[in-house]
Amino acid sequence: MALTSDRTTLGLTVGFVAVALLGVFVLPDWLLNQILVAFSRALAVVGLLVLWRTGLVSFGHALYFGLGAYTVALLGRNYGIGEVLVTLPAATLASALVGFLLGFIVRRYREIFFAMLNLAFSMVLFGILVKTEALGSTDGFNVEQPTLLGIGTDDAAVKLTALFLGVCAIGWLTAVLVHRYLGSILGSLTTAVRDNEIRVEYLGYSAAEAIHGKYVMSAALTGLGGGFMAISLGQVDPESMVNWTVSGELVFVTILSGPGSVAAPFIGSLIFELLRTYAFELVPYAWQLIVGGTLLLIIFFLPGGVWSVLSRLAGRRGVEP
Amino acid sequence: MSAILETVGVNKTFGAVTAARDINVSVAKHEIVGIIGANGAGKTTFVNMVTGWLPPSTGRIRFDGRDITGLAPRKITRLGICRSFQVAQVFMTATVFDNLMIALGIADAHGLGVLLPLRVRAREERADAILRRYQMQDYRDQPASTLPQGIRKLLDIAMAMVAQPKVLLLDEPTSGISVEEKFPLMDIVMGALKEEGVTVLFVEHDMEIVSRYVSRVLAFYQGEIICDAPPAEALADPKVKEFVIGDDLHNQTLLQAGALQDGAQEVSDARG
Ligand SMILES: Nc1ncnc2c1ncn2[C@@H]1O[C@H](COP(=O)(O)OP(=O)(O)O)[C@@H](O)[C@H]1O
Ligand SMILES: [Mg+2]
Repeated sequence: MALTSDRTTLGLTVGFVAVALLGVFVLPDWLLNQILVAFSRALAVVGLLVLWRTGLVSFGHALYFGLGAYTVALLGRNYGIGEVLVTLPAATLASALVGFLLGFIVRRYREIFFAMLNLAFSMVLFGILVKTEALGSTDGFNVEQPTLLGIGTDDAAVKLTALFLGVCAIGWLTAVLVHRYLGSILGSLTTAVRDNEIRVEYLGYSAAEAIHGKYVMSAALTGLGGGFMAISLGQVDPESMVNWTVSGELVFVTILSGPGSVAAPFIGSLIFELLRTYAFELVPYAWQLIVGGTLLLIIFFLPGGVWSVLSRLAGRRGVEP
Repeated sequence: MSAILETVGVNKTFGAVTAARDINVSVAKHEIVGIIGANGAGKTTFVNMVTGWLPPSTGRIRFDGRDITGLAPRKITRLGICRSFQVAQVFMTATVFDNLMIALGIADAHGLGVLLPLRVRAREERADAILRRYQMQDYRDQPASTLPQGIRKLLDIAMAMVAQPKVLLLDEPTSGISVEEKFPLMDIVMGALKEEGVTVLFVEHDMEIVSRYVSRVLAFYQGEIICDAPPAEALADPKVKEFVIGDDLHNQTLLQAGALQDGAQEVSDARG
């Protein structure tokens, strides 16, 4: 089994390197941009995937997405900090901290109550942001020019390539680490908790603590994704970062991707981004129709998400940890 | 002999219902104790209190000289008391093998050790050894949801034994299992348990099984222990005859049929 896990790590490495090379040498800028946005969101979806395997769906992870995004933006605006080695860890930590505190409450709830409790918390943040002039209110504000080790650039193409490579690197690292995590003892307490909390307790582990840990992990990853999204888009506002529709998109991409693999969110998220773009070009006022229709098709015909198609094509069976 | 498990003046009330009344039991190491009683007599409540699912209303529970009253199930499990359930509690979507792997993983993990890989060769070999000991090799790669009732209960017991507890409580290991399958199943279970030298308390409705495997009987009636004696003596006790077994074969059959209904109720109790 150690062999399988190494193969997945290898597969992830080959995949991300291939995307990075294609991006630098082949792909047009508009597609690079799409991948950048898609992979930023995918980081959050990896977090939701861990929760989903534990049997939990959150309709409010825009809370952490927004926290990450605003942490990056505020560090720039209030302290002039654009260094990504500061802003991105800060975004991750801020979300993890809030996730840790709220985790004491949400870990007591399951199913629809868990989903809705998260939604409620995210709406509180949305309300605060909209009402607070100092935080940019409904308009939001711009994000400081990002730098890496103090180096920045005004050349849009160079900046795009750099950000693209950055999101590939962080995406790869996240996927590899979360894959390792899912193969650990604690990682097995995802599906195990979903299947039977009583047995988990009577094996000597607290199901609530297991859920709490996974919740913090999902919050941290979502914060990281939100932080990257803020840098990618160059601006934050409540509507595009914290609104409940953002939570909905995250859940949408989670279902589209399927729980089968940590690589799935990156593929699913890109499909979502392309789908939305083309749907918008096709029918500007009813693109939701196409996106919604796709979701229905997935739910009815592909409950394992796009990953189930890929793994079937590759001749593999079942869900791999 | 020193007591490994002891309850002192334990009471449990649910509103107006008294499910346990002044329970004083002392179990010595390596004893095999049978717990009998009609439905609603308080057998599961006793198991639930000892394993931490329910705190007693009053009284103390001691394990190995240590007061464990009111501790959480996972703490009690870590101390060395494990249990099986009237309705098997296993990971339904996982295979039999993976059920055991997860159980072994949790038992092995301390502190940051939970972050170590689950699937390591040594652990896989232990899981396979358990499969052999409980004669479940044929079901190794089958999801637990597809198992026959008897095998699922066997898995439930095997998982409870993974942590190598000092005391094991089995709540109706043979309920929901056909008469022909009961003895083979109990032979496997008791054989494995004796090998490990664990102290066993098991709830059972079938007096044939009780008299075959246990060295001591606790008879419950309306939350009270009405008899605590070796099986031959207990089964001849007039009170046990009247309140537990009934005085003819017909009642005994009814009793066993009732045991199955009791099983359905247990899930909602334990989960509620
Ligand atoms: N969680 C509970 N809440 C309320 N009443 C309960 C609960 N658990 C058990 N009881 C009641 O306590 C009594 C003993 O139940 P139980 O221990 O399940 O009996 P047994 O296992 O011997 O059939 C019954 O009257 C039952 O209805
Ligand atoms: Mg019972």
